Amino acid sequence: MHGLINSAIQSFVCATYGRACWLRATEAAGLGFAEFEAMLVYEEGLSSRVLDALCADLKRPKSEFLEDLGTYLVSHPNMEGLRRLLRFGGVTYVEFLHSLDDLSDRVRLAVSDLDLPALELCELSPSEYELKCHPGLPGYSSVMVGVLRAMADDYGALVMLSHDGDRDGVEVISMSLFESAFSEGRRFDLGARKQ
Amino acid sequence: MIEQNDLATLLETLCPMFLLLNKDGEIQQVGPTLQKLRPDMQMTGTRFLDLFELLRPRNVSTVPALMSMAGTKVHLKFHDEPRTALKGLVAPLPTGNGAVINLSFGISILDAVRDYALTSADFSGTDLAIELLYLVEAKSAAMEASRSLNLRLQGAMLAAEEQAVTDTLTGLRNRRAMDHVLEHLIASKLPFALMHLDLDFFKLVNDRFGHAAGDQVLKVASQIMLDETRRDDTIARVGGDEFVLILKGLVDPNILARIAERLISRLQEPISFQGASCEISASIGIALSTQFQVPKVSEVLHAADLALYEAKRSGRSCSCFYSVPSNAQL
Repeated sequence: MHGLINSAIQSFVCATYGRACWLRATEAAGLGFAEFEAMLVYEEGLSSRVLDALCADLKRPKSEFLEDLGTYLVSHPNMEGLRRLLRFGGVTYVEFLHSLDDLSDRVRLAVSDLDLPALELCELSPSEYELKCHPGLPGYSSVMVGVLRAMADDYGALVMLSHDGDRDGVEVISMSLFESAFSEGRRFDLGARKQ
Repeated sequence: MIEQNDLATLLETLCPMFLLLNKDGEIQQVGPTLQKLRPDMQMTGTRFLDLFELLRPRNVSTVPALMSMAGTKVHLKFHDEPRTALKGLVAPLPTGNGAVINLSFGISILDAVRDYALTSADFSGTDLAIELLYLVEAKSAAMEASRSLNLRLQGAMLAAEEQAVTDTLTGLRNRRAMDHVLEHLIASKLPFALMHLDLDFFKLVNDRFGHAAGDQVLKVASQIMLDETRRDDTIARVGGDEFVLILKGLVDPNILARIAERLISRLQEPISFQGASCEISASIGIALSTQFQVPKVSEVLHAADLALYEAKRSGRSCSCFYSVPSNAQL
């Protein structure tokens, strides 16, 4: 698993539950180290062991934990860079939703060895959408539920999301868009520079 | 034939940074994004060459010259601040009634979006500007992550290198480091003295008071050797109780003899460890690189070794110089 994914989990846990929780989980998972490097690639089994240890430690179902991770990735100040990259997807939430089809290609453009599963948006009506998460990364659809919810807040859109489960290995998230400009949302300044 | 107004409407959609000039080089119509760069100035009616300075090609300073640039890429800047660099393409109108010039930011896009607070809506849907901005941010973030990894790896490498040349108990150099220093001195033809120092009675301390006492004695002895030599000198622990001192640029036997004497006398001071008083001494063999026509690491070490043997034979707690065999006298 790519270090970026592992270090995202680490960053989320340390910011939300504290470093002690992270250290307990890496210990329980028998990692042998406590810090993931974002730009290295790790053996596949490591991440799921840490994830299992974390969910056991926090006594939370994995899907919930991963949804919160998705929300963190967009809404926490630590992750401002990632939020900005997602906002490049479009001027409105609907445009952003349509840009998800290109997300895995966009990601590869930035980090060539980070392979994310394909996403496919189906517009059932102007207010009803389905996002199909293709297989390849267990739990990806749960993370996406968190990301989509937080991005809706970011754009100021009012949506309802639900994880519709598995259809032939493809996980489906359905979305109802009630209002695309419900609140002001957060600013996105194209030319903002990192401080 | 398409009317000028229709043309302008078409251009506004396709290239929001266009200019439509009449044959005198006066701006007739301007794209909304370009006008946004100078909100307080009415671009329409202004002469193109009053607004922009042509940087390349250099010899274009008149309207006819500009009109003859069909299909050529031109580089220009605003005359006033901020002097954003732009590139453009001149397309003369077929009737000879002026030209369309389409402008774009090129590489200045990064500053431009900030200076003019541009948004996605200011770029045409087919413009790669937004993708470029995305890529710059994504790549910068990836590069930053790689850079911080490199820094940490470099730190780890330096620590590993330091460890590879250090004796972990005493903090002195190890045999590997000693070899390296000797090779360097010989290769650079720098004179040096080599002292082979052996602690006397160390084994007794170990046997009587245990290894912890022995370790303490080694640490104290090492500190004494560091104190009695210069910062530039190299002190290596090359065996359990054996040390090599490399004294750079120092080949005066009188001075060396005095250093050896001081070392021995200080090493003879009892070292206390958990109530026990550990007493040791030292024997030293000294060889000079200048005692060899073309010194070799193994020869100088062997010579110091012979001198050490001589010192031990003379009753320990003393130093001896290597004496060059008569048939090999310089």
